[in-house]
Amino acid sequence: MGYIRTDRDFHEARWDEPIIMELGNPGERGVMIPLASEHITECVGSGESLVPQGLLRKKMPALPEMSQMQVLRHYMRLSQETIGTDINIDIGLGTCTMKYSPKINEQMVRSPKLTELHPYQDESTLQGILEIMYRDQEYLKAISGMDCVSLQPSGGSQAIFANVQTIRAYHEANGEGEQRNEIITTILSHPANPGTAATLGYKLITLYPDKDGLPDLEALKASVSEHTAALMITNPEDTGIYNDRIRQFVDTVHEAGGLCVYDQANLNGVFGITRARDAGFDMCHYNLHKSFSSPHGCQGPAAGAQCVSDKLRRFTAVPTVEFDGEKYYFDYDHPDSIGKLRKFYGVPAVLVRAYAYIRSLGPDGMKQIAELSILNNNYMLKKLLTISGLSMPMAEGRFRMEQARLSWEQLTEDTGVTTDDICRRIVDYGFQDYFASHHPRVIPEPFTPEPVETYSKDDIDEFVEAFRSIAKEAYENPELVKSAPHKAALASQIDESGLTDWDKFATTWRAYKKLNQNA
Amino acid sequence: MGVTGKDKAFVHPYMPNSVPEIKQQMLDELGVGSIDEIYKSLIPDDLLYKERLDLPEPIVNEYELKRHVMGILNRNITTEDYVSFLGAGCYRHQVPAICDELNMRGEFLTAYCGDTYSDHGKMQAIFEYTSMMGELLDADIVSYTTYDAGQSVSSAFCIALRAQAAKGHDNRRILVPSTMNPEIRSQALAYCRNAGEIITVGSDPQTGLMDLQDLEEKLKDGGAAAVFYENPSYLGFFETQAEQIAALAHRYQALCIAQPEAASLGIVESPLNLGADLVCGDIQPLGMHMQFGGGQAGFIACNQDLGLAEQFPTYMYGITKTGQDGRYGWGRAMNYRCSHGSRENANEYFGTETGLWGITAGIYLASMGPQGMYELGETILQKTSYAIRRLSEIKNITVNLFGGANFQEFVINFDQTRKTVKEINQELLARRIFGGKDVSRDFPQYGQSALYCISELTTEEEIENLRTALTAITEGRQ
Repeated sequence: MGYIRTDRDFHEARWDEPIIMELGNPGERGVMIPLASEHITECVGSGESLVPQGLLRKKMPALPEMSQMQVLRHYMRLSQETIGTDINIDIGLGTCTMKYSPKINEQMVRSPKLTELHPYQDESTLQGILEIMYRDQEYLKAISGMDCVSLQPSGGSQAIFANVQTIRAYHEANGEGEQRNEIITTILSHPANPGTAATLGYKLITLYPDKDGLPDLEALKASVSEHTAALMITNPEDTGIYNDRIRQFVDTVHEAGGLCVYDQANLNGVFGITRARDAGFDMCHYNLHKSFSSPHGCQGPAAGAQCVSDKLRRFTAVPTVEFDGEKYYFDYDHPDSIGKLRKFYGVPAVLVRAYAYIRSLGPDGMKQIAELSILNNNYMLKKLLTISGLSMPMAEGRFRMEQARLSWEQLTEDTGVTTDDICRRIVDYGFQDYFASHHPRVIPEPFTPEPVETYSKDDIDEFVEAFRSIAKEAYENPELVKSAPHKAALASQIDESGLTDWDKFATTWRAYKKLNQNA
Repeated sequence: MGVTGKDKAFVHPYMPNSVPEIKQQMLDELGVGSIDEIYKSLIPDDLLYKERLDLPEPIVNEYELKRHVMGILNRNITTEDYVSFLGAGCYRHQVPAICDELNMRGEFLTAYCGDTYSDHGKMQAIFEYTSMMGELLDADIVSYTTYDAGQSVSSAFCIALRAQAAKGHDNRRILVPSTMNPEIRSQALAYCRNAGEIITVGSDPQTGLMDLQDLEEKLKDGGAAAVFYENPSYLGFFETQAEQIAALAHRYQALCIAQPEAASLGIVESPLNLGADLVCGDIQPLGMHMQFGGGQAGFIACNQDLGLAEQFPTYMYGITKTGQDGRYGWGRAMNYRCSHGSRENANEYFGTETGLWGITAGIYLASMGPQGMYELGETILQKTSYAIRRLSEIKNITVNLFGGANFQEFVINFDQTRKTVKEINQELLARRIFGGKDVSRDFPQYGQSALYCISELTTEEEIENLRTALTAITEGRQ
């Protein structure tokens, strides 16, 4: 009962594995493939004879030559030097929704019934996966309140990109494509919002938080005009402060003729509690690998969903999946569609996991996700805020939704220890490092935890106590924290100039060797 | 004595704090009576959703959940059930068991955006992936993985446009072959709409090769920021004029971008050694199952040209020294390039893409080694050539429409059979064969044509079965 400890003698596996390019010996093999038979070779000749002149490779690629067990061992060791969600209390990576990804779902997506499916097979042979995609669309309609869902986006950012394409298509259809060239977003929105808008040539207007920590409504009113294409806004933002004036934001932009797009990458705090449509939004998107639980896979593969209201249905990314009473089929009949976002049909494994996840929770379970992530967060915050040097700026005294942005500013002032130092030190306690903030750091010395519903009260208590312990270290022995990490796989700090100086820039071993030969 | 069941509160295995006593302790700590008291203090009443979500009731045990989901998935008929000749950007190759084993490791599978110190092993694995891709492509700079080849091609176009503009060469045109992958073409058209203009260069009607005269005219008339080609082309034939295309591009101050096929590079030269400035493509063939198209992941690479590197929009994992001699660390290098580093001032947007497939491709390349990659390329070349030879014996169809050398794919034209590809594929399906991709809509100039794909896994028996089936179908026999 209530077992927590922060005095574990954690030492991450430290294998000092050499770069794989230096392993193995000439002639070793890791895997064989089915070769052409002698008969085929007799008929057609050697491979080299079949390569047109000038295209034959002149020098074999200098890949490692290793036997299979040695490859396996190398990567097993590297995996042990990685703090995945499965082996730690991954509350620190806020905004990332590091929840448990059920193993049963993983088993199912590894079935050949999904893995060996080719996207161009006849639809009659794809009825299983199409049914799952169709049902996903229906469930996401229920969750968002929207009328049409496309599962084509390869990730959250591509879903945002699809939404920006839809904004443009909508205004172009109304003859206002040129005129409406501004998109309004907020400084605390995910960088993909301004990033995608800029990719498509929009001018950005950025709202900053007011004294309550909410995007400045007066600034919005001053910004809207006949040039406004859309508002792209998140709620709650990374601060976890719910924007209770969201309806006024939507109305203000609608009155000016713009569209309103809800960034709901992280849905974890609002499942079944409030819906994008009911706040008046025209569109939203979900990161299906986050709230709908797919393992994050060292940054992907992910998947996104684009959810739109009826008036934008005709612009949606194609295809959607429909059902004619007998069979499921891809529907390309969205007359003014923004087109295809990628080859084939999104990232189906994530869609299957999302399906299994929704089915395993049901309507009450989905709402319970939101309720428990709100409870977990506020419980955690109450405890965290008893730590010296840590504060929660903006909207003091108000509850937060599912995450929060805190600040170590006081601790930095008192001790010189920064959030980046603490972020390294927490690894020594066996936790994943934490998410400070997206650029720019509006809140100084930021720290953004998110204790999703799959963490227990004990997990949260342990997480809090680890930070309390580090804060104590900062006041008593700041050098210990500043020189961290000490017990991680990499136990000394890197030379940052290697990452910020073009003269040292090397993304491959060969580039590194060349640079250091010349040095 | 006996065990007394607890109250039937809904305690879900994924939610420890759904135990009523624990929930109560936490509420007490906060001094509130219920969770909705918390969120009702934040969310205006008119925004609260007061109904129950319209979702099916839960299947709470794993056995029934698996039965249910697999019951649906089992309706799929896969390329293991039938014989497949489909490719067109998604390929069936041998996936070494250690690729699956290692990308299922919980540490890799469930890590995310942790950095230098928490995820040292992940960072090294990614750097090793880019290092091995560097060898395969003969490139010094390799990007982090993108969503897919289409994203890589689109971003490569944008990289070229920006790099050219930075040098004062302000030309917005990108010249592409008329035989380009149509899905990638439409993706690039949408993606680059504000950055540049995509212009199609004609191709020789017989060979499919790029029409160099048309290319030169277009370069002479309007110039270009870049010229793009695929090798092999989407339609399977080798673009044998790779060096001439690059030379022409350079003569008119354009960059040359090429999309090679990863599975060919053990035996086929990297375009970077044939004059190309940038290469891009997909790593799905390197250890990823097809997954109904979900195994895709893109790469972009070039030589140590910082003018180009500065324009890359993806994360780049750089190596750097540490406080300990001979030990390295990794981190995101020159991050101001990315939207994560500078929001709208960045080159393009960037998000969670396909990291796990990068690590997997590294495992694949390390397992295959130079000899394995050579044999892979060789075997595919041989089996493709053999399939063309055998199928050419069938009357009334034109096998290998373009006549040249091919890698893994070739076009069969069915015009003389008076049947459409759709009809033929239906008849093949009845014989448990997935026929080639129908390209008659994307390339009407080539009539009723289909793109057939052969891999190292294709057997002689499968080729014979296809020959028998196509013979019967084209002769109108059942």
